[in-house]
Parts: sequence; C-alpha cells; structure tokens
Amino acid sequence: MDYVWDFGSVWEYRAALWTGLINTVRIFAICFVTGLSLGLMMGLARYSVRRWLRWPAACFIEFFRNTPVLVQIFWFYFAFPILAPFEISALMAAALGITLNSAAFSAEIFRGGIQSIDPGQWEAGRAIGMRHREIMARIILPQAVRRMLPALTNRGIEIFKMTTLASAIAYADVLHQARLIASVNYNPIEAYTVVAIAFFVILYPIVRATYVLERRMAKGD
Amino acid sequence: MSENPILTIRDLHKSFGDNHVLRGIDLDVKQGDCIAILGASGSGKSTFLRCLNFMETPSDGEITHAGKTIGTVRAGKPRHYPEAELTKVRQKVGMVFQQFNLFPHMTVLGNVIEGLRIVQGMDKASAQTRAHDELARVGLAEKANEYPSRLSGGQKQRVAIARALALAPDLMLFDEPTSALDPELVGEVLNVIRGIADEGRTMLLVTHEVGFAYHVANRVIFMADGVIQEEGPPEQVLKNPQNPRTQAFLARHKQFEF
Amino acid sequence: MYEWDFTSVIENSDLLWQGLLGTLAITGTALAFGLPLGLILALSRLSPRRWLAWPAGFVIEFFRTTPPLVQLFWFFFALPILIDIQMTPYLAAAITFSIQSSAFFAEVFRAGIVSIEKGQWEAARAIGMQRPQAMRRIILPQAVKRMIPAFTERAIELMKTTTLVATVSYADLLYQANELAQKTYRPIEVFTATALIYFVVIFGLSLCVQAVERRLAVSGDSTVR
Repeated sequence: MDYVWDFGSVWEYRAALWTGLINTVRIFAICFVTGLSLGLMMGLARYSVRRWLRWPAACFIEFFRNTPVLVQIFWFYFAFPILAPFEISALMAAALGITLNSAAFSAEIFRGGIQSIDPGQWEAGRAIGMRHREIMARIILPQAVRRMLPALTNRGIEIFKMTTLASAIAYADVLHQARLIASVNYNPIEAYTVVAIAFFVILYPIVRATYVLERRMAKGD
Repeated sequence: MSENPILTIRDLHKSFGDNHVLRGIDLDVKQGDCIAILGASGSGKSTFLRCLNFMETPSDGEITHAGKTIGTVRAGKPRHYPEAELTKVRQKVGMVFQQFNLFPHMTVLGNVIEGLRIVQGMDKASAQTRAHDELARVGLAEKANEYPSRLSGGQKQRVAIARALALAPDLMLFDEPTSALDPELVGEVLNVIRGIADEGRTMLLVTHEVGFAYHVANRVIFMADGVIQEEGPPEQVLKNPQNPRTQAFLARHKQFEF
Repeated sequence: MYEWDFTSVIENSDLLWQGLLGTLAITGTALAFGLPLGLILALSRLSPRRWLAWPAGFVIEFFRTTPPLVQLFWFFFALPILIDIQMTPYLAAAITFSIQSSAFFAEVFRAGIVSIEKGQWEAARAIGMQRPQAMRRIILPQAVKRMIPAFTERAIELMKTTTLVATVSYADLLYQANELAQKTYRPIEVFTATALIYFVVIFGLSLCVQAVERRLAVSGDSTVR
C-alpha cells in the first residue's frame, strides 16, 4: 500500500469534471421532472375506473419495472434510431430510458399513496357532490403527496445515481469525464474516488433529510 | 427463621431522563414471601419490579440477591452491571410479563425448554422431562406441540409461567399478569399463580386484582410517586389503611370482595 | 416501414443463452457474498459498541448513496493499482455487487430486526440469555421470516443492476446482446429480444415474490420493506 495519492492531476482537469457534473444535473433534472409527471399520470391511469386506461398503464409499469434500465437505454440508443425518423443523441436515449423507468417506479409510489388514503375520504367527497376527478385533485392527492414524500425523494436519489448509466453510451456526464481524465492521466484511483465522494457529498444530506422526514411522519401519522 | 432475605433492596432509584420514577425504595424479601404490589398507573410499581431482574438498570441504590450485591462499584460513576452477572441473576429470578412475550416461532414445549437448553446447557431429554412437568403444573401438558398463536390469552400466560418456572428460580416476578386478558380468562391464570404461591414459592406480584392480593399475599405494598407509601399484612393495608393515598386508592377499587 | 426479422437472433440464441448464464452467475455470486456480509453489517450497525456501529453505518450509507457504476469502475480500474492483483471483469463485478448489495441487504436485515417487539428481547433476557444468544435464537428467526419479500425484491434489483458489468466487458446477457447486435446489424431485434428475456425472467421472479407475500399476509405475519 505504498501508492502515492495525487489529486493534483484531477484538480488540473476540474473544468472537465465540472462540465460533466453540469451534464449530470441536466439529465437528472429532465428525468426527474418528466419521469415523476409521467409517473403521476400512469399512477392515475392505473387507478382509473376505465379499463382501457388501466390496462395499458399496468403493462407499461410492469414492463419498465421489470427490465434493467441499462437495457432500456441501450434499446433507445442502438435500436430506436432505426425506427425513429429523427436523430437520437446520447442524452435523448439515456433520458428516455431513465425517464420511462422512473415513471414506472414512481407510478407505483403514487398508486400506493393514493390507495393509502382512507376510503372515508372518497365517500365524504362524494357525499358533498364532488366528482371522481375533483375528489382526486382536491381531497386525495394533497393528502397522499405528503405521505409519498419520503418515497419520492428516494426515487429522486435513485434517479441521480442512475444518470451515471448515460456514460455507458458516451454521454459526457461526470463519470464519463472522469473516465476520460483517468485514461489521459493514468490516475483512475483519484479520478473515480473524486466522483464517488462527489456523489456521496451531494446525496447523503438528502438521504439524511429523508430519514428525518420518515421519522417525523411515523410519529405524526 | 434466622435465614437471610432472598432479596434486599436499598435506596433504589430509577430515572428515565428527567423523569424520576423510583425515589428510594427499601425492601427485604424473605423466603416464602408472597408480596403484592398495588398502586395507580404511573406509581412506579412496574418499573420497580423490572429493576429486580434488571430489565431496567437501576439509576442508584443496591440490590442484593442470595447474599450477593449485584454489580460493581466504580469510583465516581454509577454502579456497573456486567451482562454476564445479570444473566446469572435472571436465571434465578423468573419473570412473567403482562404481554406474555412467548416466542411465536417455537412450540409451547420449545418455549419452555429454550432457557434450559440454551442458557443452562441441559441435555435434551432432561430438559423435555422438566418442561413437561412444568406444563403439567399449569395444566397444559397436552398443548406441548402447539404453537403459541393457537392458544388463548390465558393459555399463553400459563405457558409463560411454565417457561419461567422451568429454570427453578428462587424468586418469581409477575408484572400485571392478567391485565392483558379478557375477563373470562383471568381466573385460570390466577388459579395457577395461587397454586404456585401455595407451594411456598417466593414471589412479587404487581396487580390490579385487589381481592386476589388479599387472599394470596402475605404482605401488601402500596406504591405512589415512586416510593412505598404503606406496607404490611393484607388485613392491615387493605382493610385498615393508615395512609390517605392508600385509602383513596382502595376507595376507587371498592368493588373487590374479600 | 421497418421490416422485423428475428432469424439472426434465433440462429444466435446460444450466445444470448450464455449471456443469461453469465448474468445468473454474477447475480448468484453477489447474493452468496452479499447476504452474509449484509447480516454482519446490520449486526455491527445495531451493536452498542460505537467503534463497530459507526464504520458499519458508514459503509452501508456510502455504498447506498454512490452509483454502482462508479463503484464498478473504481474496483475495476483503480483497485488493481492500489493492491497488486490481476483484476478481471468477473472479479470486479463480484466485489462491487457483493458489497453494494450487502449495503442494501444490511438495511433489510436491520429493518427486520428492529421490527421485532421489545417484549421478545425482554423475554429472552428474562430467562438469562445474553444479547448474541437472544439475537440468534429469538430475534433473527422471527425477523428473517418478515424480511423474505424485501429480500427477494432486493435480489431482483440486484439482477437488474448486474447489467452494468457489460460496460467492463463481462459477458452477461446485455454484453452478449451488444456483441450480437454489432455482428448481425440487427440491433432492434436483438435488443428487443434481450429486453423481453430480462422481462420474462424478472417478472417471473417478482410474481413469485408476490405469491410469497400473499401467503405471509394470509398467515398473519407482517412484512418489512
């Protein structure tokens, strides 16, 4: 163990790493926002009274939950461009895979949250003459979202970690940049250690926050 | 009758954070004593009992069991209770819980032999013989191979009593053993406890059953605010209480019959 | 309109089959090491000794909060420089996924252990058991039963995560698919077939999990996540 650590060589390329981090945040933001929105729609469709909505939603959710996200990304990167009438960039392919995957997982969170609300709330809504959609929007969802907050935060953390898969199709995220730096400088130890620590430093405070949130909810509810 | 007490308690204190639950308790428990501990909820009676087999670690004071003071004194620090020493004491001080706490993944027999086999290292055949004897004593020999989930609350509590008795303790602690039971199941458990008391076993019993205490105990303790308010034979404490707190408590439990 | 043609996939199905075996092999290895390691981590984290609890907590949190692909690259590219070993894709993947899954398994173990009622600990102590005895004889047997659904769910997650080994040229199903796609110029069919294979295997497994969960629910045991 007489390896001499030298973080100077990584520091020299900090601009490249920074660019990578920006790209990581960019793809995360896209996937988080679109994934959760689509997830909410899928969750609602899965819970809908109409069968023609419920069934396709269930198929979508099960398919994307039960296949590896990297396979989905590869499919969108290598296979989809042949079918699609337009160019698919690495960012688009990765974002598509991660978004659809996250939508499937968050749909289950939304569904679980909605179902966790006491049926008495539905009845109370109906009793004052509200329609299904109104009850959902005004009574159920506001209560459910509060309960789902820890699970959705965890999903966000998973998505952030998942963005590194984009590097497998050469999207210039922070891991891809580290890989470049490592191959130029022959310093994989420092390069990858820095990335690992960066993820830990960014995500761990959020993880702690979810612990606090969960504990507070366990007490409050 | 010059024998030493089985248990002596001196100036026992227990605090949970800022909450000073036990505020100095002294008591001698002699061979054959059956001591009923009464008191309103929050009086510290359960905490007191739980300190006696160190389910709770006393904050201050001394507990001497069979002539040996438990724990070691360290200069300027609270008394230290090594786990190895406590496990020895606990084998001699049986405890029965309000919520039974049977091991659900073991049969009735498994529950009773667990301590004999694992803690005392007894061979399987002897442990089973002993366990069957104890189950017969509580009237559940035929339930030996059932799982606890198949038993009524009263039966569960009787198994719990057999489990504690199997280790041949020289002192039994009962922590509100009938409080979690449906009213119609209380009798069978009290009968078993009375049988054990009649054998001359030493026991401490935290209970709300004032009538039972009157008939079975030879000494009654009334606790409030973490101290013993009144202590004496049942005729005295229950029929002719001197302490106004005891009088008030008994007035609220007037429905018991002697 | 694109014309689908699966003949080249079917002709080369043995390649994909080998890939699936590779996926199962690395999943099995990671499970075999990850489960015991997870138990050790969980017990350490729950230990009253701080010098044990704290490092275990750190390992668990670190491997749960950093991306598995970063971990894989670290073990594959960086570790062989630090210690003098011949690193292979299989070894790097085995180390990464054993530790990574153990961190998640540790949390499953921990949730199961703390879900056991306090009275069970007290009853065990009351008959003179020491902490390790109570853990082994009373707490763990009950906890493990409650943890089964969470375990299987984690194992399925693990299998999906093993696709990352394709990026360091370990011949798992995804890697073989990539090879085949380049060889046959039929990426659509190859990757679609591959996705379906994963779906069949993983969905089949999760149906089993749901059946187990239902049976446990019927027998009245609560489960932990």
